[in-house]
Amino acid sequence: MREFLFSVGYDRWILPTLLFLPAIGALLTWFHGIYEYRAGHVGRSYEGFARWLPFSIFIVEFVLSLGLWWAYDPSGAVFQLTSTWDWIPDWGVHMSLGIDGISLFLVMMVTFLLPIAVLSGWTSIDRAVHSYHALFLVLTTGMLGVFMARDLIMFYFFWELVLVPMYLIIGVWGGPRRLYAATKFFLYTFLGSLFMLVAILYIGFMVGDAMYAAGLTPTDRPNFLFENAMAYFTPSGTEAFWLFLAFFAAFAVKVPLIPFHTWLPDAHVEAPTEGSVDLAAILLKMGTYGFIRITLPLFPGVVLHSWVGKVVIVLGVVGIIYTALIALVQEDWKKLVAYSSVSHMGFAILGIFTVTTVGLQGAMMVQLAHGLSSAALFLMIGMLYERRHTRMLSDFGGLARVMPLYAGFLMIATLSSIGVPGTFGFVGEFLTLMGGFGPVPMLTVVATTGVILSAGYMLWSVQRIIFNPLDKAENKRLPDVNWREAGMLIPICAMIIWIGIYPAPLLRRMEPSLSRLVEQVHGVPTSAAVSRVREAR
Amino acid sequence: MLLQEAAAAGAHPLAGTAAEWLWLVILLPLLGAAINGFLSTITGWRPGPFDPDFHRTGEFPAAPASTLVERASRLVGGGDVATGTSGPATLVTGTHSVADGTDSQYVEDVYEDSLIEAYDEKLEAPPRHRFLPLVSVVGVGTMAIAFVIAVLAFLAMVRVSPETPLIRNYWTWMAAGGLDVAVSLHVDQLSIVMTLVITGVGTLIHLFSTGYMRDDRSYARFFAYMNLFVFFMLVLVLGSSYLIMFIGWEGVGVCSYLLIGFWFTEEANADAGKKAFIVNRIGDVGFLVAMFMMFWNFHTLDFMGVNAAAAALPIGTALVTTIALFLFMACAGKSAQLPLYVWLPDAMAGPTPVSALIHAATMVTAGVYLVVRSGAVFAAAPSASLVVAMIGTLTALFAALIGLKQWDIKKVLAYSTISQLGYMFMAVGVGAYTAGVFHLVTHAFFKALLFLGAGSVIFAMHRAYHVTGNHDDAQDMRNMGGFRRFMPVTWAMMWIATLAISGIPPFAGFFSKDEILGSVFAHATGSTLAEASLLGVGGSSWLYLFYALGLLTALITAVYMTRMMLYTFHGPTRTGEVESRHLREAPWTMTVPVVVLGLLSIGGGWLNIPELLGMLGPVGRLEHWLDPVVASAAERLGGGAALEHALELTLIAIAIAIAVVGIVGAVVLLRPARLLPKAESPREVGIQALLADKFRVDELYDRFIVQPLLTASRRVLYRGLDIGIIDRIMVVGFGWSLPRFLAYLGSRLQSGLVSDYAWVMVVGVILVLGVFTLR
Amino acid sequence: MIVESLFFSALLFVVGMVGVLTRRNVLIIFMSVELMLNAVNLSLVAFSTLHGLSGQVFAILVMTVAAAEAAVGLAIVIAVFRHFQTADLMNVNLLKG
Repeated sequence: MREFLFSVGYDRWILPTLLFLPAIGALLTWFHGIYEYRAGHVGRSYEGFARWLPFSIFIVEFVLSLGLWWAYDPSGAVFQLTSTWDWIPDWGVHMSLGIDGISLFLVMMVTFLLPIAVLSGWTSIDRAVHSYHALFLVLTTGMLGVFMARDLIMFYFFWELVLVPMYLIIGVWGGPRRLYAATKFFLYTFLGSLFMLVAILYIGFMVGDAMYAAGLTPTDRPNFLFENAMAYFTPSGTEAFWLFLAFFAAFAVKVPLIPFHTWLPDAHVEAPTEGSVDLAAILLKMGTYGFIRITLPLFPGVVLHSWVGKVVIVLGVVGIIYTALIALVQEDWKKLVAYSSVSHMGFAILGIFTVTTVGLQGAMMVQLAHGLSSAALFLMIGMLYERRHTRMLSDFGGLARVMPLYAGFLMIATLSSIGVPGTFGFVGEFLTLMGGFGPVPMLTVVATTGVILSAGYMLWSVQRIIFNPLDKAENKRLPDVNWREAGMLIPICAMIIWIGIYPAPLLRRMEPSLSRLVEQVHGVPTSAAVSRVREAR
Repeated sequence: MLLQEAAAAGAHPLAGTAAEWLWLVILLPLLGAAINGFLSTITGWRPGPFDPDFHRTGEFPAAPASTLVERASRLVGGGDVATGTSGPATLVTGTHSVADGTDSQYVEDVYEDSLIEAYDEKLEAPPRHRFLPLVSVVGVGTMAIAFVIAVLAFLAMVRVSPETPLIRNYWTWMAAGGLDVAVSLHVDQLSIVMTLVITGVGTLIHLFSTGYMRDDRSYARFFAYMNLFVFFMLVLVLGSSYLIMFIGWEGVGVCSYLLIGFWFTEEANADAGKKAFIVNRIGDVGFLVAMFMMFWNFHTLDFMGVNAAAAALPIGTALVTTIALFLFMACAGKSAQLPLYVWLPDAMAGPTPVSALIHAATMVTAGVYLVVRSGAVFAAAPSASLVVAMIGTLTALFAALIGLKQWDIKKVLAYSTISQLGYMFMAVGVGAYTAGVFHLVTHAFFKALLFLGAGSVIFAMHRAYHVTGNHDDAQDMRNMGGFRRFMPVTWAMMWIATLAISGIPPFAGFFSKDEILGSVFAHATGSTLAEASLLGVGGSSWLYLFYALGLLTALITAVYMTRMMLYTFHGPTRTGEVESRHLREAPWTMTVPVVVLGLLSIGGGWLNIPELLGMLGPVGRLEHWLDPVVASAAERLGGGAALEHALELTLIAIAIAIAVVGIVGAVVLLRPARLLPKAESPREVGIQALLADKFRVDELYDRFIVQPLLTASRRVLYRGLDIGIIDRIMVVGFGWSLPRFLAYLGSRLQSGLVSDYAWVMVVGVILVLGVFTLR
Repeated sequence: MIVESLFFSALLFVVGMVGVLTRRNVLIIFMSVELMLNAVNLSLVAFSTLHGLSGQVFAILVMTVAAAEAAVGLAIVIAVFRHFQTADLMNVNLLKG
């Protein structure tokens, strides 16, 4: 397989293709929309193209991305399938793509989830269909760009590119308070990322100077490539602290860490189903990905500092418990799942900032598992909303009687969400806590109690949806999932169980990159780093 | 690790024998679960229309009239009646032509009821599951084959009696950093005993279920869950590392959750399932933390590795004590010990076979298995072992006391189970690991029997109530009485189990309970445990106290079990005039398992006969069998002490005397004839009410833990902190309102009058010129 | 001569400025603006005695522009009057924040 892929040049064209195909598709969709509009064609029969084209593009993306599984060399720790060309040469900005064990699965999760997500709006989105799907295509380019970027400016560009379509999706196709939620989402995340832009520019100029001083470049023009930043960026302690804070502002809002999380429940509640799926499954991961990709290797001194790293971990752990408790008392199902997202991302933060290989692998698995389970949950919330036009838990009950298959899918997603072994969710949670226990045992024990609370709120909500008496007249005639909806849920649930039983291939592919990262941070090989941390304790 | 590699090196004596095929024992129930789950799905799921906005407007397909008639007549006839051939038209028009001379008006009602039910809920309720025969064959068949393979493996093991476990790695489950966990099986004497119990008792209970659940609309779903449960339970006992065990540990929790809430349209059932899962989760936190500590200190999660590491440590280090206590926390959750026992009585909301299989015979004993499996860890931590024994003793006594005043027949058995589990923990706490496993096995026999017998009783009650349209409590003993006349087989078998649990020789429970109490007494002198101390009190004193409390519990056990038997099977029948005409013995699918379990309850004691009673058969078979697994740990914790024969004989005599006193006392003191049906009985007062209310522990937890947590979350965290302070003040306040306020101040400068602007301009020009001039 | 001219120009400018700042009638303010403009013209002419003819050329240019400006200004004044039915600027505050 690998030989075949390389013989057709897969390694050279795959990443640019994956990245720009959705953007081209977006233009096509828009032009088609303009054409139909000018021709006075309005109505369902003219929207078929607007649904099928994005769907086919996402399917093509998915099929193409499958090759990554074989083309990616599991033993390699550095970026693979790279391609670089100048973007803005005068400012030293490159368009530089590549994936390693950290981004490989995030890219594949994007391509896996997007065809599923686009199906969710198949019948419920009925106005401006062209624009809706075109925006999702743009969003996809943005998300893939963040995960593929090897250049700080490019990273920032795609980071912000994600913001615009999401803002419009929430603001145009959202619920009753969509403008408030969209504005809050936009301003909040935008404010955070502006700090990041300043820090990126600072680093770029510093790196340019350092490379010029080292005689590597003829001019002192800035340089934003990741590997140059890792190699030539040597900030002083204070500098590093402030730059860390600037990046932290962007990433913490995106993850989100408490207390920067209040945009999330609003955005989720107002967003259309597909928007929620992308938001929870992928957008949040951009924050944790940023922490892993940029914060850890660039500011090891700050991360390992006696209290700065600890503060972040405390925020994560408090977030786990705090948002779980809040989720426990939610009446709106979507809000409940939104808060549970914050809780889950707390586990990822714990895994990232304890900087152990086990913990980081756990953090990656938490991200992927949460991506799948929250996607499934939001899709199912959307299905019920389409049928009943309400999301209040008190409006349901006993649905397992009329929608048995729906109940089955919901149970699988729930079990993964609360981390039952044999599902994807457990792998991440367990490894994260396992990794965290070495450096910060007490905090990890506190975080572990989060699994009780997560069982509490998830089972409580599930009980009120699918169990309990079937006593509402409106619920007695609800149709079970149809073929389209089953087609969305079956792949996700199959994946949840499959990876829960056999996560080793994923772990094997991400381990070299992550253990290299841990070595970078600790400045010593992993085993020695672990023992050093334990001595410090 | 080295041990494991050596064991896995293929030169193992069990290599190539039937023990190699134990993976099949695990997979067969999974296969059954998959098939039955599929059958359940295709009978339950009709794909909806493509567009969910389209609601089916057509009428619901009417159930074929013939099935309704069949159902109605079967209900009337109590299930064993040939249906009359009268058509639906006759029924609807009310012609009095239906079978068996029963009141035809009633038949009409039943028919109408089912009609209304079917239409009201918009569901065609099939009277039987469409795939009933297939589901039964798959459900019971996979279990039976699994049992046969387990027996073959057991026989192979008997032949070669291996000293080390057979460990087979299948695939790498997780490999991350220094952690490397393979999906692998660990076959040794202990796990094969557990496997035999699970598959053997499990097969019987599955067979029982084919009768008990026959009329349930979700027949296939039930068997899917049951098979899935057995799968996870086997993973639990056959896994070779704590992490693999944890898969089974949580998996059985999930199945238990699903099965307790099997009839989920009752809110109480769904609540009970959720409660079971959450309380178990509290314990699971202990399991997780224990695993983290093992990994960071011993760098492995394998049973072999961890036990070897613990055995190498000196006795009583803080590390091992902490690990042991965290492990025991998990046991307390799963095996319903104080203070986490509260879920088990509620779990009786599930179908009775579930209670028999999960909440009596197998899952709840997983905690005991865990302690025995981690013998070396607990042996290295005597104070933790004392805690185990103390919690076990207290739980045994506490639950037995509550059992004294329960009226629900299943609740009595539930508290009895908690109490017996307490005995098991008493045993493993004092290092008598064999005694613990022995009691686990015999308890599986007689408690499964008791639950199945209770199930038969409830089945009969339900049928009688259903026929007469009575909605009284079918599980309350005050509504029973005198069932000996209707259900002689069940009555006889239940008495066997009662004598067994009370400790009357020669029934199984006598041997196991006596061995526990004897070990507690024996270990009180000269053992490591006796040297240790807890809360400043020496281990020796603790053990004597445990022994005394154990005896007291034995007395209470005899009393409440006899009480249950008297109220259910003896005295006058309080079920009602019409109802008692419909009471009858269960079908053979239900009586056969009960009888088999009855035989096992009689003969189970021969597994491990004490030396003193050597004339009864081979001495200490189970002990010799388990020696390779538990001997070193038992020796380290409780070794060095053996009772003199005279003393042992005295102890046995005391135990028997106490059991006899309990039974005779109950027979003499309790008057079933004076009991009133539930609806007419007065409320208990004083200590009786306290016992009947289960010491009000649930209310206590609710009032001081659950409600404060929810209220604090809602009022303080959500409304106060999250919405109030963070969102309103920090985000909307500083992020939104502060800029707007500044903008408002600025806007006040805009008077809109040109002359004002002109003034500002002139002043500005003068200022600028002034600055440039003066500089 | 130049000193007197500049002094007179400054006087004219201040008179115009005070008119702009204190009067409320839009027409009078407009005339005051013209007065300021002419003051500047006067100073340009006065300076041309020092720097050659360019000052006078510039003054003629300003007068041309002022004529155009007067036309536009008067048009605005009329538009304002038509819209607000008043020539009093104190009543014209659409830009009030």
